[in-house]
Amino acid sequence: MTPSDHRAEGEAVSTASPRDYFDLMKPRVMTLVVFTAFAGLIAAPVDADPFLAFMSIFCLAVGAGAAGALNMAYDADIDATMQRTRKRPIPRGVVSVSNAYGFGVVAAVLSVLLMALASNYLAAGLLAFSIFFYAVIYTMILKRSTPQNIVIGGAAGAFPPMIGWVAVTGEISLDAVILFMIIFLWTPPHSWALALYKSGDYAAANVPMMPVAKGAKSTRLQILLYSIVLVVFAGAPVLTGLGGAVYGATSLGGGALFLLLAWRIFRSRAGEAGSAEDGALYAVRAGDKAARDLFAYSIGYLTVLFAALIVEHAFGAYVIIPGVTP
Amino acid sequence: MTQDNDLMSAREGLPTGETVKLTPEQEGARNKRNIVIAWSLVGFMVAVFAITVVRLGQTAAAGAGA
Repeated sequence: MTPSDHRAEGEAVSTASPRDYFDLMKPRVMTLVVFTAFAGLIAAPVDADPFLAFMSIFCLAVGAGAAGALNMAYDADIDATMQRTRKRPIPRGVVSVSNAYGFGVVAAVLSVLLMALASNYLAAGLLAFSIFFYAVIYTMILKRSTPQNIVIGGAAGAFPPMIGWVAVTGEISLDAVILFMIIFLWTPPHSWALALYKSGDYAAANVPMMPVAKGAKSTRLQILLYSIVLVVFAGAPVLTGLGGAVYGATSLGGGALFLLLAWRIFRSRAGEAGSAEDGALYAVRAGDKAARDLFAYSIGYLTVLFAALIVEHAFGAYVIIPGVTP
Repeated sequence: MTQDNDLMSAREGLPTGETVKLTPEQEGARNKRNIVIAWSLVGFMVAVFAITVVRLGQTAAAGAGA
């Protein structure tokens, strides 16, 4: 072997920093996962050991990050073509696909094992299933094959509050399913709003998101319909007693604004201008502002809904609604 | 000694078996990754130990209350 061969080998050695691996875990998604899982855990009618509860949330965060890393490993080709994702660690060339797979699998296994130890086998099983669902069912099967990809795949993102609940109660109750359903129904309008103003990106990557496969007009109608179902369903916690007056008021006010923005999208021509040149998440062409507004607001809406549950159950702000709370 | 000999251990003066010459940037990045991996392993062990202790405490308390 000659010195030049050594240099060639040396050039293949990674310069990835720990930060690059952290970025593989989709930190922004992890934040929402931690938050909604915490809400599920706090809202459960059980006094959990604080340390074990903290460890359960930590395991969920690592598990979600592992799923994100596996997603980025499989979708490296797509990410390289899309403006929004081409600065991720794999398209930038700092982390190899095989390293990302290895990192994802190890993080997934350790998070599930630790979850089993810190909470119970049901929560650990649900965590394992949600990682599998996101990495395999959604990423490898649904994403490239059907415009219903995020409708079905949205289930993966809906698991965290249910897992938080199960981690401390050990069982799946109606309230846990309601929390799951809220995020499940929230995902289509949230994702399609983004897809409307980034449709050019998805088309270039051959991902059959709804605006690419069925057109902008059909997507705007479906966003409106899903928004109506979501806002109505978001009132369910009040009927079971999971949510009190604070949650009820938040759900009502937040839902009204959600519907208003969904209506604005429906009446707009959002999605017909193609993607903005700028790859930034919120960069948008003039005609697509309604879609960008709902996308941004939808994150705030979900945050506020779950924050209301946290405030009610963790800070003693739960007030019954006469004639409604069971 | 040829140019492509193994790198030498500073302490032992023996070949280390490392044949790839890393740039300072690659070496720095590898060191940072190794440190994080080491701390993660320590953290994992501490977490397993702490969870076990808390769980045992709970079991003991439940046994005493029964």
